Amino acid sequence: MPGMSKPADDETLTRSGEGGAMWMKGADMVVEALRREQVEVIFGYPGGAVLPLYDALYQCGIRHVLTRHEQGAIHAAEGYARVTGKPGVVIATSGPGATNLVTGLADAMMDSIPLVAITGQVAKTVIGTDAFQETSIIGISTPITKHNYQIRHASEIPKVFKEAFHIANSGRKGPVLIDIPKDVSGEEAWFAYDDPPQLPGYQPTVVPHHMQIRKLMHGLQHAKRPVVLAGAGILHARATDKLLAFVEKYQLPVVQTLLGLGGFPASHALCLGMGGMHGSAAANKALYETDFLINLGARFDDRLTGKLEHFAPHAVVAHIDIDPAEIGKNVPTDIPVVGDVGEALAMMLSIDVPAPDAAAWREELLRVKRELPFWWVQDGDRIKPQRLIAEIARITKGDAVVTTDVGQHQMWAAQFFPLNRPDRWVTSGGLGTMGFGLPAAIGAHFGRPDKLVVAILGDAGFQMTLQELAVIGEYQLPIKVVIVNNSALGMVRQWQEMFHGERYSESLLPWQPDFVKLGEAYRIPSARVERDEELASALEAFLSEPGPGLLECVVDPNENVYPMVAPGTGIHQMVGVKP
Amino acid sequence: MTPVLSVLVHNKPGVLNRITALFMRKGFNIQSLTVCITENPEISRMTIVMSDMDEAALEQVMKQLHKQIDVLKVTDLTDQAMVARDLALIRVSSPIAERAIIHSLIEPFRANVVDVGRETVTVQVTGDAEKIDALIALLRPYGIRELARTGLTALQREAASSADPKRAGEAQVLHI
Ligand SMILES: Cc1ncc(C[n+]2csc(CCOP(=O)(O)OP(=O)(O)O)c2C)c(N)n1
Ligand SMILES: [Mg+2]
Repeated sequence: MPGMSKPADDETLTRSGEGGAMWMKGADMVVEALRREQVEVIFGYPGGAVLPLYDALYQCGIRHVLTRHEQGAIHAAEGYARVTGKPGVVIATSGPGATNLVTGLADAMMDSIPLVAITGQVAKTVIGTDAFQETSIIGISTPITKHNYQIRHASEIPKVFKEAFHIANSGRKGPVLIDIPKDVSGEEAWFAYDDPPQLPGYQPTVVPHHMQIRKLMHGLQHAKRPVVLAGAGILHARATDKLLAFVEKYQLPVVQTLLGLGGFPASHALCLGMGGMHGSAAANKALYETDFLINLGARFDDRLTGKLEHFAPHAVVAHIDIDPAEIGKNVPTDIPVVGDVGEALAMMLSIDVPAPDAAAWREELLRVKRELPFWWVQDGDRIKPQRLIAEIARITKGDAVVTTDVGQHQMWAAQFFPLNRPDRWVTSGGLGTMGFGLPAAIGAHFGRPDKLVVAILGDAGFQMTLQELAVIGEYQLPIKVVIVNNSALGMVRQWQEMFHGERYSESLLPWQPDFVKLGEAYRIPSARVERDEELASALEAFLSEPGPGLLECVVDPNENVYPMVAPGTGIHQMVGVKP
Repeated sequence: MTPVLSVLVHNKPGVLNRITALFMRKGFNIQSLTVCITENPEISRMTIVMSDMDEAALEQVMKQLHKQIDVLKVTDLTDQAMVARDLALIRVSSPIAERAIIHSLIEPFRANVVDVGRETVTVQVTGDAEKIDALIALLRPYGIRELARTGLTALQREAASSADPKRAGEAQVLHI
């Protein structure tokens, strides 16, 4: 509010200035901005540089969850954002607090998760002097945030927060970091929050060009082997209904990406499941043989495409993406469509073209889907990790929120937990961050407190952020922690078995902590199951019990994830499509 | 192709870092980069000469630049009519007896001597990169002691004026 002067001392904090502006302290402004953004929960960890901010947060009415590590806080914020579609909010102090956010920022950047991360900074007067707990988080976070800000005066707070929430949650979503020097918290200025953000350099295209949509629909009617690739864009755009309507209207087979799971019902006859490195035979056949590929909000990640020259080599490629930089980045695109996939689908639905003559193609794919499903072989009494996942899905009727860590168990969860609804699947895709699954489950719980949350974790990844059991124990959150214990960094072990002559360099974990005692130490009811015949009853007891739980499942350590497209090969060169 | 990009950005602290961090992250190589304020003090112009790249890579560079919130406009000047200038300061060995030679060498380049000492003279030359390269090559045998170049800065020509034959002729002259 330039031009408005400070009110007289006897005027109160809430006294209004021009246009409803209020005279406030910086720290109070931050809290007020969070309130205006309807933030329900903050994940964070205090420290010196954010003491004034935590003072303002004290009993302010916005819930704060104290994780036990800042990495836990930011993954929790990601989990919250994933299941709600709203920006997750995380606070950390300067220096080590801020650097502990780095992995989460990079993870959210890769997977387009809306976050607003607030970091404390040393006072402006000492910035640049290597002051206690000073670090240049702006410099560190520039390549791993959508945008970042360092506030230089309290008067900038309303504008910066307004912009930050807008940038985080519009266009291609992503993390925005706001660095606040400690002395800014004590400065006073006018607070007004009603002006819309002014961002001339940021004008995402939401509504696609109708000519491009026409081209796409024109191409579709002549296709013989059409396929829809449904990415996470469907979920970000909340466009699952429109996708379903479009697919049913033209009877198109659907392939999903890892992050797009849940965007189209797994139980649908036209669903071929996940494509890519550990995708289904039918999905990869579709991607290889298609002559008309409609990519709806996927970024043609290398784990999906395999070797690029063998990806959809015969196809006309239409790519709809809110981020123009993704179009043509990896796969040459014939029909580029920049915009929100929900808007695009609405336009596609409003144009009627004759359905493509693709019955034979559809039949062929559905036959492969029937004949070559994901598989495992039950031999002996060891628990097969694939069956473990399938049982969890059966018992929860597929209605739980599932979070995973990274590794073999993540791929098995993607393969064997059929997701029929959006916002039930929380996994780290692009960055592949071990340690993500447990804190993400905590965030997912706060986003969907009405749902059971099942965290499916590897024995190794669990140990990267297990301190967050304290949050589950403290609040007795209804989160079920499943440890898929194969006594290995399983995915690493699998690659060493397949590509490094079975030299298991640093990938075996013959020594493990007592996971049950560990859970109990955090006052979480905990159990272990080792034999296949006990699996179903153990899971049923575990999942039906109210409140938290931890179940260590000792699984066959020799299981590998199949099918597989080996690195450097094409998606038509899968190994292990059947036993 | 060595593309030349003209990029308008907010004149704010940290913007240059965002752009260079982007180039590093994406593995784009640049030959030169100049930044200066424009007629509007809130806006700076960056002129970026990229290393050789194909069209797909250039498209990616432009799209990535566009994604930056502080980037207002990205123009590819490579195939456009543009005025592009680089400035070099060349300190060259020049015993007093030989000075006339230096003067006669630089004259056709419309270069000037801007500093004179016992041992050396400093020559200032402006023009496109090729012209400056040519002068440097000419002076090299005399012993270049120090060299500083600004890197290219450029503006698109006004569309109408490129049709003006007088101006077009001038453009050719300047592209020695
Ligand atoms: C932070 C981090 N470090 C290393 C890796 C590399 N990595 C990918 S999967 C994996 C093994 C994970 O083991 P575990 O959590 O037990 O899961 P499993 O594969 O056995 O199911 C490793 C080390 C990673 N993804 N993330
Ligand atoms: Mg493991």
